Amino acid sequence: MTRLRSILQAFVLLIGTISAAMAGPYEEALPKLAADSYADTEAAIAAVAGSGHAQAMNLVEALRDGRLMAAAGRVYIRDAAGPFVDAATGRAVEPPAGAKPVRVNNRVRRAVEAALGSMTLLSPQVETRLDAARAVFRSRDAAALATLEQAIAQESDAGVKMALESARAAILLTKQDASPAEKIAAVETLRARGDQDALGLLSSLPNGTPAEVSEAASKAAGGIRSRLALWSGVQNIWYGISLGSVLLLAAIGLSITFGTMGVINMAHGEMVMIGAYTTFLVQEAIRTYAPGLFGASLFIALPLAFLVAGSIGILIERTVIRFLYGRPLETLLATWGLSLILQQAVRTIFGPTNREVGTPAWMSGALEIGGLSLTYNRIAIVVFAFAVFAALLLVLRYTSLGLYVRAVTQNRRMAGSMGIRTNRIDALAFGLGSGVAGIAGVALSQIDNVSPNLGQGYIIDSFMVVVFGGVGNLWGTLVGAMTLGVANKLLEPYAGAVLGKIVLLIAIILFIQRRPRGLFALKGRAVEA
Amino acid sequence: MTTQSALDRQSIIVLALLGAAAILVPVLNMAVAPGSPLHLSDHLVPLIGKYVCFALLALSVDLIWGFCGILSLGHGAFFALGGYAMGMYLMRQIGPRGVYADPVLPDFMVFLNWKELPWFWHGIDWLPFAALMVLVVPGVLALVFGWFAFRSRVTGVYLSIITQAMTFALMLAFFRNDMGFGGNNGLTDFKDIVGFPIQSASTRIVLFVLSVAALAGGYLLCRWVVNSKFGKVLVAIRDAESRTRFLGYRVEHYKLAVFTLSAMLAGVAGALYVPQVGIINPSEFAPANSIELVIWVAVGGRGTLAGPILGAFLVNAGKTWFTGVLPEFWLFALGGLFVFVTLLMPRGILGAATDLWAGGARRIKSRPVPETVSQAAE
Repeated sequence: MTRLRSILQAFVLLIGTISAAMAGPYEEALPKLAADSYADTEAAIAAVAGSGHAQAMNLVEALRDGRLMAAAGRVYIRDAAGPFVDAATGRAVEPPAGAKPVRVNNRVRRAVEAALGSMTLLSPQVETRLDAARAVFRSRDAAALATLEQAIAQESDAGVKMALESARAAILLTKQDASPAEKIAAVETLRARGDQDALGLLSSLPNGTPAEVSEAASKAAGGIRSRLALWSGVQNIWYGISLGSVLLLAAIGLSITFGTMGVINMAHGEMVMIGAYTTFLVQEAIRTYAPGLFGASLFIALPLAFLVAGSIGILIERTVIRFLYGRPLETLLATWGLSLILQQAVRTIFGPTNREVGTPAWMSGALEIGGLSLTYNRIAIVVFAFAVFAALLLVLRYTSLGLYVRAVTQNRRMAGSMGIRTNRIDALAFGLGSGVAGIAGVALSQIDNVSPNLGQGYIIDSFMVVVFGGVGNLWGTLVGAMTLGVANKLLEPYAGAVLGKIVLLIAIILFIQRRPRGLFALKGRAVEA
Repeated sequence: MTTQSALDRQSIIVLALLGAAAILVPVLNMAVAPGSPLHLSDHLVPLIGKYVCFALLALSVDLIWGFCGILSLGHGAFFALGGYAMGMYLMRQIGPRGVYADPVLPDFMVFLNWKELPWFWHGIDWLPFAALMVLVVPGVLALVFGWFAFRSRVTGVYLSIITQAMTFALMLAFFRNDMGFGGNNGLTDFKDIVGFPIQSASTRIVLFVLSVAALAGGYLLCRWVVNSKFGKVLVAIRDAESRTRFLGYRVEHYKLAVFTLSAMLAGVAGALYVPQVGIINPSEFAPANSIELVIWVAVGGRGTLAGPILGAFLVNAGKTWFTGVLPEFWLFALGGLFVFVTLLMPRGILGAATDLWAGGARRIKSRPVPETVSQAAE
């Protein structure tokens, strides 16, 4: 629609003022379209396609879609929405009486497709040319060969040129009468392209391909296969790191509360959910009051989510958990109860359905490196997870709160004897853990459905991370999250998503037998009960 | 815990109530005319029967949590496994009456284009074997799992978390169609049990009475266990695990034995549950279910054998009432119950009542639960 409109505007500006009086091949072809003869229509299409006229594309597309109307020797383009545009002047006009669509048969349709193909291959827009080259690569239509050669000769953009060349190679390889030398050159081009499509083409050569060509093709296919396998391995590791970052975000707050207080916070997932809903609310407010700030919405949501989730965490600590010290199993049950209440509260306020959280423009799209495709939102989450990790590490290492938290984690009674107010540290540590869960929610709102059940999906995984990594050690959480994430994604291609997860759960259960206190267990002289 | 070889007052009350239920429910359902206000409608019989099964499940959790300090958050898994064993038996009883009328294969296997019965389905159409599986499958899983866990001294919240992981893994596994247990639809559309139509009122009454009998049997078994010398050691482990170990007891063996017994009880509860509700599917493995059943025990009073039975009835009756009248408030109520009981009534209804009884008007301010002693000592 926008493209149509912009072309129309360009047309009005250019043609309407300058060349209204000049009759080029385009204008000459128009009456032929209104003549209601297939042969004339076909000739007119060729003329229009070759005219380079700004309106030409629009007109041929309209013909394809049955939106080209003819009445009394003049041709009109009917917009999908209804209004008529005079094809000659580009001005909107009243629908003329007795307008009929220009009729097409199969021959005309073919001509239309060919015309569209050549027009798009030579289009001034880079993206249009790229799309067209890809379309030809898939169709392998030998009719496009001439236009393709012309396009390659003219092409200045390297990426498009490569696409055009591989399209030509695809045609040559499947074309019966191409010489073996041409075909071998084509194989070479495809080998350089080296993706799944090229592999498909190389491994399904048509019958009657000369022997030396098939040999070169199978060699090239082998090369591509091993290259692809390598890239897919790298891609899986990337997915694993990305999943690991999500787990890290979800688990790192849990690790703090579990570490300092020995408390299992079953409502931790709900803190993540609250963070996600905070993001939703922030975006709603921005949409209403300051739409220009949408790109920054996540940055605004981050501190708010930290504060909201953190305060709820402190509230929970002060009203419930404080009274359950030394009773970790009961704390587990009470926080589970709290998680049910929080979930139902969110469900009552916001409804049970998913809420829409938008992705800022700078986070959409993907980065292509070699055979890898890294989406920006995943990159952002990986970077963010590591940033949060580093920030927490610094807080624990260099602030007095961090010092107290570490002291309480290592030996609560000794820390108390040294004058640390362990109660206050507990509340703050709980608030910190919950706040970090809240900012994890901001990140997860970008990749997951924001619904009241958001937190439930992460709770078992985050426990696995904490238990695997060891309690009270952020490095353990990092290693645990990354190991689980990468192992999960590496298992997936062989075992499937569900079985892979089961295998991993069993592996963790067995691992805990070996190291009941996790990978990075806190060493100390405290004796178990 | 008082030691008495004869039945103590609590046991007499429990058994009398169960006996009364076993007599009253059939009489009110079958002998009292449907118009009478005393009549118990047909849909209530399996509902109460369901509560009875839940009570047995709660009892099994209480046996390990209340008396041995093992908080399993995966007991729903043993319940569901017992249920699946029974469901497989019932599935085979359908015979050629299924939608695809295959004489051997259950409908879902025909649907998945399976050609023959998987090996683990053989023999399950014979009730004694099915009954054996109801005990053996949960028992073996508990034995293997417990052997690994207790041997390496996984205790406290770590044990709770890995039991939760266990039931979660089983849930994922049973959701898979390739497992051969009906995927996410589970097993359903049962027709009859040992030749009697499963939907008929008289079959349901028999199942109900059987469930009550199983609950009474389970109660007596648990009572015998906890009052024996073995039970004394269990309580010692709950209160001071290291001390018990230093006294020369093989703590792991005791834990393993009671954990396995408890899993088998849960399996029986599941097996009686399935024919009464008519379906078993993987959602029974959901970790949330297993956590919920812990609160039945906590509400009634853990460390007492009557408590979990009371708690299972109260919480589930509450759930039925809430989901019918105020569905959106059920989770608030349940969540509130979790918080309330753990904070203010750590010994449950029976514990609070006993305290009131013993101390007269004297307020006993949240007396520490014995288990906490071991936990607090870190």
